[in-house]
Amino acid sequence: MNRTRAAWLFLAPALLILGVFFLLPVLAAFGLSLTDYDLYALADIHNLRFIALQNYWTLLQRREFWSALGHTLYFVIVGVPLSMAASLGAALLLNSPLARCKAFFRTALFAPVVTTVVAVAVVWRYLFNTKYGLVNDTLGLMGIHPVDWLGNPHWAMPAIILFAVWKNFGYNMIIFLAGLQAVPGDLYEAARIDGASAWQQFRHITLPMLGPTLWMVAIITVSGYFQLFAEPYVMTEGGPLQSTTSVLYLMYNEGFKWWNIGSASAIAFLLFAILFAVTMLMLRMGRRGGSV
Amino acid sequence: MHATRGRTGSATALFRRLASCVALAGLLAGCAQRADDAHTLTFWTIGREGEAVTQLLPEFQRENPDIHIDLQQMPLGAAHQKLLTAFAGDSLPDMTQLGNTWIPEFVALHALEPLQSRVAHSTVVNPDDYFPSIWATNVYDGALYGVPWYVDTRLLFYRSDLLKAAGFDAPPRDWSQWRHMLAVLSHPQQGIYGILLPTNEYEQLMSLALQQPDPLLRDGGRYGNFESAGFKRALAFYVDTFKLREAPAITNVEAGNPWSEFGRGVYDFYFSGPWNIGEFRKRLPADEQGNWDTAPLPGPDGPGASVAGGSSLVIFRGSNHKQAAWKLIEYLSRPDVQQRFYELLGDMPPRRSSWDGGHLHDDPKAVAFREQLERVKPTPPVPEWEQIANEMQLVAAQAVAGDLTIDQAAAEINRRADRILEKRRWVLAHGPTLPGAQR
Repeated sequence: MNRTRAAWLFLAPALLILGVFFLLPVLAAFGLSLTDYDLYALADIHNLRFIALQNYWTLLQRREFWSALGHTLYFVIVGVPLSMAASLGAALLLNSPLARCKAFFRTALFAPVVTTVVAVAVVWRYLFNTKYGLVNDTLGLMGIHPVDWLGNPHWAMPAIILFAVWKNFGYNMIIFLAGLQAVPGDLYEAARIDGASAWQQFRHITLPMLGPTLWMVAIITVSGYFQLFAEPYVMTEGGPLQSTTSVLYLMYNEGFKWWNIGSASAIAFLLFAILFAVTMLMLRMGRRGGSV
Repeated sequence: MHATRGRTGSATALFRRLASCVALAGLLAGCAQRADDAHTLTFWTIGREGEAVTQLLPEFQRENPDIHIDLQQMPLGAAHQKLLTAFAGDSLPDMTQLGNTWIPEFVALHALEPLQSRVAHSTVVNPDDYFPSIWATNVYDGALYGVPWYVDTRLLFYRSDLLKAAGFDAPPRDWSQWRHMLAVLSHPQQGIYGILLPTNEYEQLMSLALQQPDPLLRDGGRYGNFESAGFKRALAFYVDTFKLREAPAITNVEAGNPWSEFGRGVYDFYFSGPWNIGEFRKRLPADEQGNWDTAPLPGPDGPGASVAGGSSLVIFRGSNHKQAAWKLIEYLSRPDVQQRFYELLGDMPPRRSSWDGGHLHDDPKAVAFREQLERVKPTPPVPEWEQIANEMQLVAAQAVAGDLTIDQAAAEINRRADRILEKRRWVLAHGPTLPGAQR
């Protein structure tokens, strides 16, 4: 009894802070999402209407919401595997006994993660420029016609994905590198004695040993990529033709630009529900696979 | 027991001492604050104006040594949010610069101090001297809430040498002349276009729409009026310019550096605002300065209207220094100060007498603006206007891309405008009057 009380006492500061700075605001935001809090309500609280789930219902009927969700899913479904493949590839190269100057490359490959999105976006916008950009110059050498990367609604999202993958792969690379270094060397030695090829070693030793790490990284990356905002904000401002407007971008516009706090809160909770469902699904799949 | 009492005793003493310290400190702070308050005027500015105004303030402070000005500069992108947050947090400044499309919002919030009685007694601010449409953007239901500081409108910059080479001695006066010139001057296969209309900027289409007799909203700003014949005509003219490949369907993100492209002759016309006079002077080489000029906006039949934009100076209702703030507004409204403001920044003055002297009077590139300013029209005075204009442009861009016809686009803009205005209709039906409702 005493021990339990002591435990609660020790937990109290953390619980208090979580309650005041996390739980309470979340509950308040949920409350707001059931109202039409906006500029008029800010002027005079009598203009506030309790509208229950009306915000959610209106959102589900708005084409902009579904297209924003579509763009977000596109970004996640293409971006996450690409990002993980790039991270794993870089980690494998760094972990290879043949690699030289490891510390330098590790730092260099990690550098994009710690740079500011806004600053590197300026550089990437130059790279993607239709007339003068390096990307189109390189494609031109291979005889490919210039692509209007940031202006064509079909190419803007791939450009954003490339940018995001470059910006983020270093973080997962470090986690994978740690995972790879934890794989015992005698497994590879035994495999070599059995005559396994490099691909077989990768397929049957590296991947299974990395299993838990892979799942964890996948879950973290998916939940991170669902919250796509900064990249389109600085690269395309959500355009062209809103082809890079994500769910979070829509929320930003509703809440911070047009001050429709009620419906912005509803978007936030819808995104949370989707994210929660996807993460639970992934956790369950991982557990069934025996990885997590 | 003893020990406890002792401790309590000393604690009480300590508390007393602390309390008296706190009281004294509070008293001092109170005095200091009161003394400070009496003379400190907080003034927020938005964007580039903040830097230029620092050079105008020293003279004001020589004239009014008892007023101390605390100037804060907000970046344009963050200004709107910061002002609304300050309103919600009750920490607004005494006065601010406010874009005239934002005035309806702050009128709806009851945040602005009515100024008509001060203007009536003023020897400096004379309403008749101001361009009437610009002045009107500060008047809601008979009450004046701001004094125009500088004006902004959109018209045509054009390459006079290229027009002349193609056989046109004068810029277009109406849409059919304009369309004809665009057709002759555009060579899309060589990457040369008549005009640049960034598809993510709403000002261009909005200016064309304001030229029409039909208002953009109907019923006191309760519903959109985008299915009117006038708006459809403007939208069709706008979309046709892209369909005929007289303008590239690109956003301003891709346009990158339009000034040097204009200098290189990629575009013959550039549809923009007064600050670009300064940009072109700065960015184009000296031998190209004679190759460009400005022209009033062509209308459907003869010279047309354009948007009455710009910023006003407003005083917040909660301010304790309204008299000092008004003095500063009067100072910044003086024609000689406005002329210096133009020289510093290129911001055009809202009153005619400011145009009668200084560099502005002799500037040939400013003449078209002077003419246009007599023919400007305000945007619908509802707080939601910026959001509606934004949605209008998103849908118009879809029509430019060929996803929607003119009729479909007009209906979609109307649908979105009506959704945005739903709350306004409810508020109007249930209570207080709002800005723009009685027009």
